[in-house]
Amino acid sequence: PLPPLTPLPSSPLQDIRNTVGNIPMEWYQDFPHIGYNLDGKKIYKPIRNKDELDMFLEKMENPDYWRTVQDKMTGADIKLTDEQVDLVHRLQKGQFGDVHFNPYEPAIDFFTHEVMIHPVTNRPADKRSFIPSLIEKEKVSKLVHAIKMGWIKPRKPKDDTPTYYDLWAHEDPNSILGRHKMHVPAPKMKLPGHEESYNPPPEYLLSEEEKLAWEQQEPVERKLNFVPQQFQCLRAVPAYPRFIHERFERCLDLYLCPRQRKMRVNVDPEDLIPKLPKPRDLQPFPTTQALIYCGHTSLVRCLSVSPSGQWLVSGSDDGTVRFWEVSTARCMKTLPVGGVVKSIAWNPNPTICLVALAVDQVVLLVNPGLGDKLLYGATDQLLESFVAPEEERVQPVRWMTATAEEHGRGIRLHIQHSKPVKQVTWHGKGDYLASVVADHSNMQVLIHQTSKRWSQNPFRKSKGLVQCVLFHPIRPYFFVATQRYVRVYNLLKQELTKKLMTNCKWVSSMAIHPGGDNIICGSYDSKLAWFDLDLSTRPYQLLRHHKKALRAVAFHRHYPLFASGSDDGTVIVCHGMVYNDLLQNPLLVPVKVLKGHVTTLDLGVLDVLFHPTQPWVFSSGADGTIRLYT
Amino acid sequence: ALPRRLCILKGIYPHEPKHKKKVNKGSTAPRTFYLLKDIKFLLHEPIVNKFREYKVFVRKLRKAYGKSEWSTVDRLKDNKPTYKLDHIVKERYPTFVDALRDLDDALSMCFLFSTFPRTGKCHVQTIQLCRRLAVEFLNYVIASRSLRKVFLSIKGIYYQAEVLGQPVTWITPYAFAHDHPTDVDYRVMATFTEFYTTLLGFVNFRLYQSLNLVYPPKIDGQADVELKPAEGTDYAMDSESCLEKLSALSASLARVVAPTHEDEVELDEFPVEGETAEQMDARKKEQEALEKHKKLFEGLRFFLNREVPREPLAFVIRCFGGQVSWDKSLCIGATYDVSDPSITHHIIDRPRVEKQVVGRYYLQPQWVFDSINAKLCLPVADYFPGVLLPPHLSPFVTEQEGDYIPPEKLKLLAMQRGENPDEESEEEEEEEEEDDKEEEEEEEDESEKEEEMKLKKMEEEKTQSNKALPVKVTAGKLRLEDKQRLEQEQQSEEKRLAIMMMKKREKYLYKKIMFGKKRKVREANKLAAKRKAHDSAVKEEKKKSKKARRA
Repeated sequence: PLPPLTPLPSSPLQDIRNTVGNIPMEWYQDFPHIGYNLDGKKIYKPIRNKDELDMFLEKMENPDYWRTVQDKMTGADIKLTDEQVDLVHRLQKGQFGDVHFNPYEPAIDFFTHEVMIHPVTNRPADKRSFIPSLIEKEKVSKLVHAIKMGWIKPRKPKDDTPTYYDLWAHEDPNSILGRHKMHVPAPKMKLPGHEESYNPPPEYLLSEEEKLAWEQQEPVERKLNFVPQQFQCLRAVPAYPRFIHERFERCLDLYLCPRQRKMRVNVDPEDLIPKLPKPRDLQPFPTTQALIYCGHTSLVRCLSVSPSGQWLVSGSDDGTVRFWEVSTARCMKTLPVGGVVKSIAWNPNPTICLVALAVDQVVLLVNPGLGDKLLYGATDQLLESFVAPEEERVQPVRWMTATAEEHGRGIRLHIQHSKPVKQVTWHGKGDYLASVVADHSNMQVLIHQTSKRWSQNPFRKSKGLVQCVLFHPIRPYFFVATQRYVRVYNLLKQELTKKLMTNCKWVSSMAIHPGGDNIICGSYDSKLAWFDLDLSTRPYQLLRHHKKALRAVAFHRHYPLFASGSDDGTVIVCHGMVYNDLLQNPLLVPVKVLKGHVTTLDLGVLDVLFHPTQPWVFSSGADGTIRLYT
Repeated sequence: ALPRRLCILKGIYPHEPKHKKKVNKGSTAPRTFYLLKDIKFLLHEPIVNKFREYKVFVRKLRKAYGKSEWSTVDRLKDNKPTYKLDHIVKERYPTFVDALRDLDDALSMCFLFSTFPRTGKCHVQTIQLCRRLAVEFLNYVIASRSLRKVFLSIKGIYYQAEVLGQPVTWITPYAFAHDHPTDVDYRVMATFTEFYTTLLGFVNFRLYQSLNLVYPPKIDGQADVELKPAEGTDYAMDSESCLEKLSALSASLARVVAPTHEDEVELDEFPVEGETAEQMDARKKEQEALEKHKKLFEGLRFFLNREVPREPLAFVIRCFGGQVSWDKSLCIGATYDVSDPSITHHIIDRPRVEKQVVGRYYLQPQWVFDSINAKLCLPVADYFPGVLLPPHLSPFVTEQEGDYIPPEKLKLLAMQRGENPDEESEEEEEEEEEDDKEEEEEEEDESEKEEEMKLKKMEEEKTQSNKALPVKVTAGKLRLEDKQRLEQEQQSEEKRLAIMMMKKREKYLYKKIMFGKKRKVREANKLAAKRKAHDSAVKEEKKKSKKARRA
């Protein structure tokens, strides 16, 4: 009769017995009540807000604190009675709960240990207990027989030591299977170098900084997986703490690393360099800087040379056009035009002395008045001989003759566009002139005829932002370079004949071989694409010689040379031989890197141009100079 | 775990697929891929069944333990299923040479396991077996004199032997207790060791056979008799002392057929076709050098002091024909005493020797290793006890052109060529010393003769300049140089231009190769600079100390 641990009701009047049963009381944690009493009424939790301080005070003040227990079922504090405390003590000592229970009562045998004179049963013994067993005899005799015959042997002590023999006594060549041939043997461990020695030469020891760097590196990145150390004698060398690790990592490598046969590129780097003809054998080409044409105060955007090769004209951001004598670098004439000269083109016809300039929205036709007086006089006459047609035709541009003051300066005609002009270029005969307008409509390209002062718009639809245009030197073809493609139009049939993919992101410039079958395109992503029009619409070769964006490319009229100018301030002259034999591909060899221009505002060379007869190249740069390389 | 063990035992390794995405269901996450063929190949392995049997056995045993059926436990333990790896060895290495080629890891692993403590980590039997096999192999190397290179590294001792023409390299840890790491899976290592012990056992058998030695090895009868009285009667149990004696590495092994030194027939040499006389000569010379190297320590008697690592030194010395002994109390198998007057070299690793015996060199152990690597007995002066040792160089490094070669190596190479750089260097040193003296004298004198000196110098300069004035021959020379330079410049420009014309891929490759070359040069330069700085610092120190001594 153990006293129930749940305290007996201290006063019979107030029997608050919880009826929730044996459940985790946490379930009532969030409720105001803690269960139900016998009547089914809620038992509310005692309103108590004892904090640590209260607890402590109670601990100090209440003499019965040690015997006060909280009843989980009701939440009330209960003071244990003396009996209950006694019970707890007894249980703690591992004794029985009941005080009156005696665990050491004297034992009373169930059966007496004394042998009685009478048996328990009076049954007589069996006969078989007196005669030997036949079955047993049979079994024993079998065993005896087996032992005699040597069938049963005593258990031998087991021998664990493995036995070895000549495994490869008969090496069979047939046993080498395909598997063995395919097997990739694991690479051997790297042999140690001087730095692993216990007493290495002093230069292999790490300095303080190196040691620090070594410690900061990831273990996989380290070149050495140990720090070289020096010991004075062999006696001082300690055990290597990572020895087992290293063997283990080797094991992991052996069975977990994928193996692959890798052909080690064992090439002499010299063999990789292509065997090109010596530049010396490809002469002539410009090699040295001969002249500098100074005068412009801002970047020189464009250049052009007279067909005779005597005069050079340059347009600059300072709003002037300068005419130079090529051989002396003398500035013959300065023509202020009052705007940035975007493009400039000297009429290629040697009988006409006329220069086309693109200034803002106007294309100016200028007679420089240089050279043979007869020649430029004839040009003026030619221009004046124009008779306006009877009926005015609708034109995309306005043609205006220059005022008297302008005439005095040399300007002859204005071609007023509606938008800024980016580029002008002449047809080979010197009558037609194409201009590119910065626009998004179909009015981007216009073709003008100077003799009739008449302009037309060849395209009905815009095919993208036109970068530059070009007339074919011989045939009636017209090249239009948009950002990524070069379209070739037949002007006679008025149709698209070809579309060249440049493989560049943004074409900047274009030049055509005088033979007319090859085009080079420079692009802002520093590539130069050489197209062979007979071969394919894709570049025959993509040259990445420059480090920065290409601004201009040019072909030489007679010599197999082409040049490219770039923002890195260099002009690269290449030998580009085109053979008459159709089976032989063009030979492209860079022959000279010409340096001289200073890069300003991240711009280097803005235009390059070949002399029409000599193997000379002009380049204009952002530093305001024009340079001649011969 | 089963497939892992199978892969280890059968030498199956993962493969890198050609199209990683294709086989990995479109993802590029790193996974290991095995060939299907390999997996099928594993399935056919009969040892798989043995493994399964073993698994069943373990289950039964656990059950019996659980039920406390001790008789069943005994019975089960008696019938423990065992398996052999012989056929796998044969299958993986169809020829003996194949096995030899793959011996490096096996040896390193066995040497490591043989140094493990006999408790925990792995079975005692494995450790004992590893020890036995390692000792057997060492004895073979001694008997065949096939050791070539030794290197004392901070990780352990590297050995390289040439076994039947195959270089076999292995590393042994220094003889200290291991600090067993916790992040290492010993089961993997144990599986490897299981295979390696089998392999090494068969290889040892074959190697012993090739030398007509008895396998399992026995100590030569004669030597045995010699050994017996020295060691005392009851050293250990017979079976144990056998291995101990073997591992002492001091006695030669018993042969199946007694060796007869007389009838070592000189082999006729057949010229290999397509080989010129020069090549043949070179080969012959090499052969001779090798023979000489093998007999490096012939006739020398070494004694190892007790603080010297006995096993590696005894092994190495015996490999090159030397005789070796040690203190009787140190290990079994000592053949002669410290006081033996015939001892020529006493290996010692203490700063001082208490009482020196006349007639023998007292040397630090590095001398033995350096001599072996240099293939000649080095001058002993640098290796006396207490002396600052010269650097120990790795014999595995063969310097190519452009690599950094430490000056010690250069000296060594010169010595091998037969020159005697020592004298030169000594002379140099003397000169240097003289220089030093002079300098010092000058310094002393400087206070007195400073002005005079200055005047003299100025005069000298004047005279020199006067002399220089009429001689105006340099102009022509300069121009010549210029021409050369121009030529060079032109060539380099041509090269640059040609590089511009390279294809993208080739250019990449070229740049990579050039980068590597440049890095190599940079590293070599860095080492050289470091050395230079160090040398100058040492010199300074020397000078200072000298001055201090003098003062």
